[in-house]
Amino acid sequence: MEKLIQDLKVQIIAQLNLQDVKPEDIGDDQPLFVEGLGLDSIDALELIVLLQQQYKIKLSNAEDGPKVFRSVRTIAEYITAHQAQTA
Amino acid sequence: MTLYIKGTGNVSPQKTVGHPGFLADGVTHMGTRLACVEPDYKTYIDPKLIRRMSRIIKMGVAAAVDALKESGVAVPDAIVTGTAYGCLEDTGIFLSRMVEQQEALLAPTAFIQSTHNTVGAQIALMLGCNGYNNVFVHRAFSFESALLDAMMLVAENDANTVLVGAVDEITNYSHSILERIGLYHKDIGSNVNLYEEKINGTIAGEGAAFFLLTNEPSTENYAAIRGVRTFYKPTTSQEAETHIRDFLSSNNLTAANIDLVVSGRNGNSAENQVYDEVHTSLFPGNLIVNFKHLCGEYPTATAFATWVAANILKNGVIPGVLNNGVETTLTFRNILIYNHSHNTHHSLILLSAC
Amino acid sequence: MSAPVFIAGIGAVSAIGNNVAEHVAAFERSEAGMGAMSLLNSVHSGQLPVAEVKLSNPQLAQQLGLKAAVSRTAMLSMLAAKEALDSAAIPGLNKLRTGFISANTVGGMDRTELFFESFLADPSRGRLKDVIHHECGAVTELAADFLGVKDYISTISTACSSSANSIFFGARLIRNNILDVVIAGGTDALTKFTLNGFNTLMILDQEFCKPFDENRRGLNLGEGAGYVVLVSELVATMLESAPVCTLSGYCNANDAYHQTASSPDGTGSFLAMEGALQRANLTPADISYINLHGTGTQNNDIAEGTAIKRLFDPLYPHMSSTKSFTGHTLGASGGLEAVFSVLAIRERTIFPNLRLQTPMQDLPFVPETMLIKNASVNHVLSNSFGFGGNCSSLIFSKT
Repeated sequence: MEKLIQDLKVQIIAQLNLQDVKPEDIGDDQPLFVEGLGLDSIDALELIVLLQQQYKIKLSNAEDGPKVFRSVRTIAEYITAHQAQTA
Repeated sequence: MTLYIKGTGNVSPQKTVGHPGFLADGVTHMGTRLACVEPDYKTYIDPKLIRRMSRIIKMGVAAAVDALKESGVAVPDAIVTGTAYGCLEDTGIFLSRMVEQQEALLAPTAFIQSTHNTVGAQIALMLGCNGYNNVFVHRAFSFESALLDAMMLVAENDANTVLVGAVDEITNYSHSILERIGLYHKDIGSNVNLYEEKINGTIAGEGAAFFLLTNEPSTENYAAIRGVRTFYKPTTSQEAETHIRDFLSSNNLTAANIDLVVSGRNGNSAENQVYDEVHTSLFPGNLIVNFKHLCGEYPTATAFATWVAANILKNGVIPGVLNNGVETTLTFRNILIYNHSHNTHHSLILLSAC
Repeated sequence: MSAPVFIAGIGAVSAIGNNVAEHVAAFERSEAGMGAMSLLNSVHSGQLPVAEVKLSNPQLAQQLGLKAAVSRTAMLSMLAAKEALDSAAIPGLNKLRTGFISANTVGGMDRTELFFESFLADPSRGRLKDVIHHECGAVTELAADFLGVKDYISTISTACSSSANSIFFGARLIRNNILDVVIAGGTDALTKFTLNGFNTLMILDQEFCKPFDENRRGLNLGEGAGYVVLVSELVATMLESAPVCTLSGYCNANDAYHQTASSPDGTGSFLAMEGALQRANLTPADISYINLHGTGTQNNDIAEGTAIKRLFDPLYPHMSSTKSFTGHTLGASGGLEAVFSVLAIRERTIFPNLRLQTPMQDLPFVPETMLIKNASVNHVLSNSFGFGGNCSSLIFSKT
């Protein structure tokens, strides 16, 4: 889980082209949207593509986004749960 | 319908952004592609907004910010933008990924930022400007249409201040396609050779220029914009001359009243022939300067020319880089910008001293 | 500056018809134009319904008398603009100052896509004639040359509000005494670029769209072109048949909230509608029918609905989204819906909002679900709102 969280931070910064943000600047439980990192609905769509590209996980309903993408940890948990399911 | 230029912003292949002075020294560009001299955009745009912006959006926003800052207008009543090609870089990114990934696993940002209204919309978003917002995308009429829209808005009493400008960018894809079409002179050496007789072909340019226009006269303003006109596919040079005479007379002027013609000559001999005929017949004794060696040829280059004309009127000087190294100080009243693109899109912009 | 501008002619092509008469008939039958992709060649065929014009490119070229097909965007434009200009039947047109103001969002992208397949593999490949009409303005010029209009031409591109803005700009060119006649509207062809673009936004409904339904899931993309012929008061008096309506109001505002999402209270939509009413010197109670932007996405319909509630409560006019027939035709939608607004007045008909089963809980009004004939339609408000916050509203008034 720790490695996955670290990988995700690097991938999120790259996918969203976050300026002047380093992986260690993002807390594992820090909210990603609005008050936290300031991400918005376009970023949610970018994160859906990231999950698909890097982890072969398809989030078919955009409305699940806010729950899954609350923090880096919730994304990691979602990935782990899905990988366990398909394994 | 007279409007005044209160502030300008210009990101171009010359040192123009951030108002470093009026073309004190020219930037020499080798080859057929003149890229903009760009500022550190972090001084212009919030990092949270910058991360999704492609180069053309940043260029447009920086030019708009310069124009607003200089004029002291925080939020204009309207924003009108011209762009012939739109956001080519993002269009190219989304299109190539779509082809290469066979329509799978595509991310949305490049598509969202590829629409032609992105620059105008980003400026409105940044300023929180709920006012009139329009975008013209008609080749070498794009900036002229935007200018006409701005002038009508003020004439209709629907705006007192309008931010109007034009943006276009060169990308690797667009340059390689336009090169194949045969627009450019491959062995040009540098941009300063553009008007040499042996040259037949032009050089590619790009830029973003914005103007804060107001209906309030002031000696602080750069210049007055008195009129703009476009005409499409004239069959002969005589037809072009008729349009120019008519345009001048509708502004109570004749060719003799024009102190300076800013001409769109570009190195292509067939296109230059039209300019030569018009210049000889209508403006035999007038002072004429070219500008495209400085910004390159692109459909909204007249926005750069407008910036040049506005600065000449404000400073009372033609910098050496515009006139074979000869700096000319004069009291200018009226400047006419005459441009055409491929002899299909002709345009006239008339500026006068304040 | 406030002289009336009359609508002298209309022309339309969309998934529900190749001319205006076929549109009237399709509305009467309440027959939508969506279906499985048959002309567009995409991997999403079979999953995403679209509203295609039922003419192939060779058929369009033949119908227009062209030697070879050009960009589909341009051919749709030619078909509808020609119908509009012919129907206006303006005597002595060649002596009048005539303009063509068109809108589109894709330009010649349908051909650029073909070019890019070869070009990406090898930059020296790809037929240049497939890419020379890529620009939005190039598409307008193909149609302007076809119509023989050259006094003034321009192109507007403000996403989904593009052609409402071209009609608006055309009317102002007449009011400012720059032109006498303007053919104004817009066109867009379905392309893989736009289909995939909207698909990345996850706002395409995999079934037929349900605008203003509580359970709406998104929009269906469509294609087409719609134009009106605007004329000055003087030209209107020269026409054989008196125009049925004027363009009495228009307003353009920006939501300035987010690049793609509408603000929760529909600021831009509200300002556009309110401004159009002011321009027309009308009150909300004067409006007989609103042709909604009504794309069918969660975000648009609630923002538009909220703005309508703010402006019209408690008295609501008839409303419907004709995108339930034509799909969302993007740069053409404002032009097509302007034609439908004129038709509502001319045919005294309110068009239904198809497939609306469960009204939206948060809105106190429900769009019409059935066709209403012999309606008294005096003033029609047509909404066009788009990405980048670009919002425009037009008002058409019975003469």
